[in-house]
Amino acid sequence: MTEASPPSDSFTAEGGHGAVPTGPAVPTGSPTRSPRNSWPLWEVFVRGKRGLNHVHVGSLHAADGEMALGNARDVYTRRNEGVSIWVVPAGSITASSPDEKDAFFAPSGDKVYRHPTFYEIPDNVPHM
Amino acid sequence: MNETVQPETVDADRAVLDHFESTIAHDQRIEPRDWMPEKYRKTMIRQIAQHAHSEIIGMQPEGNWITRAPSLRRKAILLAKVQDEAGHGMYLYSAAETLGIDRGEMTEMLISGRQKYSSIFNYPTPSYADVGVIGWLVDGAAICNQVPLCRSSFGPYARAMVRICKEESFHQRQGYELLMTMMRGTDTQREMVQESVNRWWWPSLMMFGPPDEQSPNTEQSMAWKIKRHTNDELRQRYVDMSVPQAEALGVTFPDPELRWNAATGHYDYGQIDWDDFNRVVSGDGPCNAERIEHRRSAHEDGAWVREAAIAYADKQAARTKTAA
Ligand SMILES: [Fe+2]
Ligand SMILES: [Fe+2]
Repeated sequence: MTEASPPSDSFTAEGGHGAVPTGPAVPTGSPTRSPRNSWPLWEVFVRGKRGLNHVHVGSLHAADGEMALGNARDVYTRRNEGVSIWVVPAGSITASSPDEKDAFFAPSGDKVYRHPTFYEIPDNVPHM
Repeated sequence: MNETVQPETVDADRAVLDHFESTIAHDQRIEPRDWMPEKYRKTMIRQIAQHAHSEIIGMQPEGNWITRAPSLRRKAILLAKVQDEAGHGMYLYSAAETLGIDRGEMTEMLISGRQKYSSIFNYPTPSYADVGVIGWLVDGAAICNQVPLCRSSFGPYARAMVRICKEESFHQRQGYELLMTMMRGTDTQREMVQESVNRWWWPSLMMFGPPDEQSPNTEQSMAWKIKRHTNDELRQRYVDMSVPQAEALGVTFPDPELRWNAATGHYDYGQIDWDDFNRVVSGDGPCNAERIEHRRSAHEDGAWVREAAIAYADKQAARTKTAA
């Protein structure tokens, strides 16, 4: 075999465009927000068409709400994917924590009587 | 810090790890606020950031031709295609940010060479036919890689990939149609297409990465379901898809060993010369320095715009406050 020098330690196939050099080290950065004066983060919600709810599609950075809307249009609706956009400062969102998942959703867990299938109705009763 | 590990802590660690692993085993997605092993988080940040950088740097080879596109129609298409690649970069930076890294920080790491991008974008585009061939072969290879990633175990990445894959089909088709048009043209145009294909075929195959036996990270990535097929599987799939497309177009690939193998049901292809690719990977490629330099100047030349926008937003906010 006269195969060329083994490339395995110089690159890897990771992500969508394949072969990426590995180099001596590929740091991933510290998982902290950089303190520099950068544009704040906005979460973007798009209503796909009339009659549907707004759905979260991703985030972007912008100096203010108006710019966030413009950027959201350019990034998330280049092909008529939306008829309405909401942008929300990411810091304004309060989310449930996955750690308390079980306890947090427990109140609905044991209330099977909230579901229509809980009730038995004879087959000869129509339209129910 | 207390050095003695309490038994309850060990149990708790075991429980969250079990939960993480069973989520993946059940083909459920890992979401940003879930507990995940530090190595998984780091791997995902690296993978998504590299992918984002590749989309952003990937605008340059084709962007080279926007001002010289031969017609308004081709110019509008090329602009839309390159704008899509910017959008892909944005989707991916957004996905990476859910893991707690800042977009500005990733840009800094790209510019300073600490984070990488796909080596395919370090090849030059000296011919207009390269616009078509990149759409057909390079975006085609990206599609092969990306379709399985729509099922990546990391939710935000998988969702970004779904959006991207929808748009990639336009990229590949506009490139192929451009080449079909040139192939119906003059002999010189047909030669341009063939010459471009000759330059891009092997680098496209190398996009799938080292052969499986030299790809030590694959096993862990497969276990985490952030990689769904091995490098060689994807490469073979790509070859099988591309050969009939080349025949329909009327071009050949520069590989004398490329032929149908009835026994395997696949096309055999020749030995890949990794030496050239290694040169490009290690920074010796024709365009490495130029690509990063261009990205750096775009970032630095835009700094005043970012600052002005912040100043304007602050002023507007202050005004609204006094008015209220
Ligand atoms: Fe892309
Ligand atoms: Fe593309």
